[in-house]
Amino acid sequence: MSAIVVEGLRKSYGALEAVRGVSFSVEEGEVFGLLGPNGAGKTTIIEILEGYRSRDGGTATVLGIDPHVGGRKLRERVGLVLQEAAVPAYLSVTELVEMYRGYYPAPRPAAEIIELVGLTEKAHERARRLSGGQQRRLDVALGLIGDPDLVFLDEPTTGFDPSARRAAWEVVRNLRTLGKTIVLTTHYMDEAQYLADRICVIALGQVVAEGTPESLRAGTDQMTHIRFAMPDGMDAAMLPIKAKALDGQAVIETQTPTRTLNELTTWAVARGLELSNLEVARPSLEDVYLELTNHE
Amino acid sequence: MSSTGIALRQVEFEQKSFWRNPASAFFAFLFPIIFLVVFATLFKGSRAPVGNVTVAYDDYYIPALVAFGVMGACFTNIAMSLSLRRDSGILKRMRGTPLPSWAFVAGVVGSSIIVSIILALLTTGFGILVYGVHVPQHIGAAAVTIAVGGLVFCALGMAMTIVIPNAEAGPAIVNGVFLPIVFISGTFFPVSPSSILAKIAEYFPVRHFIDAMFIAFDPAHQSSNGFNGNDLLIMAAWGVGAVLIASRRFRWEPRKS
Repeated sequence: MSAIVVEGLRKSYGALEAVRGVSFSVEEGEVFGLLGPNGAGKTTIIEILEGYRSRDGGTATVLGIDPHVGGRKLRERVGLVLQEAAVPAYLSVTELVEMYRGYYPAPRPAAEIIELVGLTEKAHERARRLSGGQQRRLDVALGLIGDPDLVFLDEPTTGFDPSARRAAWEVVRNLRTLGKTIVLTTHYMDEAQYLADRICVIALGQVVAEGTPESLRAGTDQMTHIRFAMPDGMDAAMLPIKAKALDGQAVIETQTPTRTLNELTTWAVARGLELSNLEVARPSLEDVYLELTNHE
Repeated sequence: MSSTGIALRQVEFEQKSFWRNPASAFFAFLFPIIFLVVFATLFKGSRAPVGNVTVAYDDYYIPALVAFGVMGACFTNIAMSLSLRRDSGILKRMRGTPLPSWAFVAGVVGSSIIVSIILALLTTGFGILVYGVHVPQHIGAAAVTIAVGGLVFCALGMAMTIVIPNAEAGPAIVNGVFLPIVFISGTFFPVSPSSILAKIAEYFPVRHFIDAMFIAFDPAHQSSNGFNGNDLLIMAAWGVGAVLIASRRFRWEPRKS
């Protein structure tokens, strides 16, 4: 069964058509990444699904319920981590988690959730004394305390340092093993690649691509890049394959990397050359994303 | 959890937040106490004309200051703290939980009423012990007046958030509306009833709240029961208007720029 089904969703703000006929579905237990540049309409879509906005057209069901009229029944089963949600400054981590805990019919134990987001050592610290990343983790704890079936994570790691991001990723992975359905928005393609089972890319209010991170990368006609340091005393014209010189590096674009690499290395070995810093890079999710969302 | 239980928990959390926040604890709580000392010292020994009688200044001032404290704890405090919380996204987040809106409002109002009661007791006690003010004649009427005034000014505070575009503008707008009315309503010293200012003040609830508090304290023994129905009715009318407007127009989310 699908946790979320969206069909032909539309929403305008005045003359601006923010969402122009978007359809997708999110299966139970999967991590669904909703990607798109600022202003693409993804926040509007998320807020319609969260019940904050009405829609102008199309249908949407969240856990089988229309989010616009879902009310309390739906909010008991959905956990929200909003893009910019502050928490009351003068209450402690434990007090806040306990406060939110009281709002739900079947919540998790407070200590368990605080542990899950890694704030056990800060459990008695007031929210205002936490760092930005810790406040964000508290935010995540508040979104999870009600033991929701479905969690919306709207840019959950923006502003995190690398180790905090890794920690947050593990939290999301753990949620997935618990069988939660997760809708994730992010600007970090490595995050989407690592966490999402499926990705939906939104641009200008429409779905421009949908699939697993791998299928999106495979589906592009972008070239594989082969790079290495330009050997001493050589330039691009002296190489056996058409290449560009860029900052002391040779860059070869190819759609047949196996063959090209073989030609290149055969040539180099024959001359006793070591190609330093040799690397072969498939188009990253980020390359594909930029191609999909570049309309300028 | 029962509905009452949820509301009581909200009151508890609001109370914790209130007392731990130096800004709210200072402006809503310590401010009226400082006013009490300053004005009572300034006008020591003078007398104040109230209607057709004259009473000791402190006998006029203490009930007026009780009303002022309630208005600060309810109107000013709610208008400012809710617009701050709206701007920072706290209200939006609350809105996404199963907590019913009425329970949230009950917590905010209940907490403000508690602060009001403590302030009223402190102000009155201070007045009696330090400045020789008469013990209130009609304790029951005073309690009812504080309750009505508290609820009315809580509703007005919630309605006020509608015209506050963002939290930075909050203090300027709230004080810009509140303080002039407080002054022309004779909170700190009586305003001659025949003056144009007093006539303007008649339209607003502040003047009537102060009148109602004074008649409940009744230092000149003018009333048999401590109530002036007219004052309470006009306050209630403002309260009902505020509830109607707030229930339709209250915003849980920051205004988009």
